[in-house]
Amino acid sequence: MSLLKIFDTAGSGMAAQSLRLNTVASNLANADSVSSSPDSAYRAKELLFAPTHAVEAGAVTQDAGEGINGVQMLGVTESQQPIATRYEPGNPMADASGTVYGSNVNPIDELVNMISASRSYQNNVEVMNSAKELALKTIQLGG
Amino acid sequence: MTITTDNVFGLNAPALALWQRRSEVIASNLANADTPGYQARDVDFRAALQQVSGESGQLAMSAPTAGQIDATSTSTDDLKYRVPMQPSMDGNTVDTQVEQSAFAANTVHYQASLSFINATIQTLRLAITGGTS
Repeated sequence: MSLLKIFDTAGSGMAAQSLRLNTVASNLANADSVSSSPDSAYRAKELLFAPTHAVEAGAVTQDAGEGINGVQMLGVTESQQPIATRYEPGNPMADASGTVYGSNVNPIDELVNMISASRSYQNNVEVMNSAKELALKTIQLGG
Repeated sequence: MTITTDNVFGLNAPALALWQRRSEVIASNLANADTPGYQARDVDFRAALQQVSGESGQLAMSAPTAGQIDATSTSTDDLKYRVPMQPSMDGNTVDTQVEQSAFAANTVHYQASLSFINATIQTLRLAITGGTS
């Protein structure tokens, strides 16, 4: 019964999108984090997605799964945007020159990401529901 | 009326398999709606069904000698790339709305094929039992 492949495909999509939501939550939660050095400042995390079969067999192999591709996460990258620095001598995290280093999280980017991720998640849920309905109807065939 | 068991359902059985395959392809398009560089694909239904039913307008290329590449052997023949209406900057060509409507239409088509098959089964059952049970 290969309708069940859809569950794998949509399931991998849902997993990827919920990871993305998690990342957004982490970035937004740390938007106002400060630290005492530029190296330890929080940098916005970004996820790298790829179709499941493309990586197994080389570069241009979207064909490998006969057109059926789930989503996989290749890794997490950090945003290269400049870090916000503020002069706050009274802050306990300030360094010798009285500077604190904030995060480079852009809340607008994160909110856009969040909306996109939750929409995609809903799409995958709908696909899975339809596939489930069809599979059930097929099982009852002739009854 | 003669009924051979391998052709009871006519074109509906291969059509059902094709609708199913198409739903898988569209599902993977939707799952990869945010994957950079992913190119949306779809099943060329007419070509695929003609290939299955043996009513193709084109003559199949024959591969008489061993080692010659069989042009009909690839199962991804019937898969085409979708022409994007609004391509995005990251090279992704999935148009969510298009895929959603294609998936919905595909679901209805699948159910239609399913009801045709169901009707055939019920007709056969009626013929076998004579309507007594």
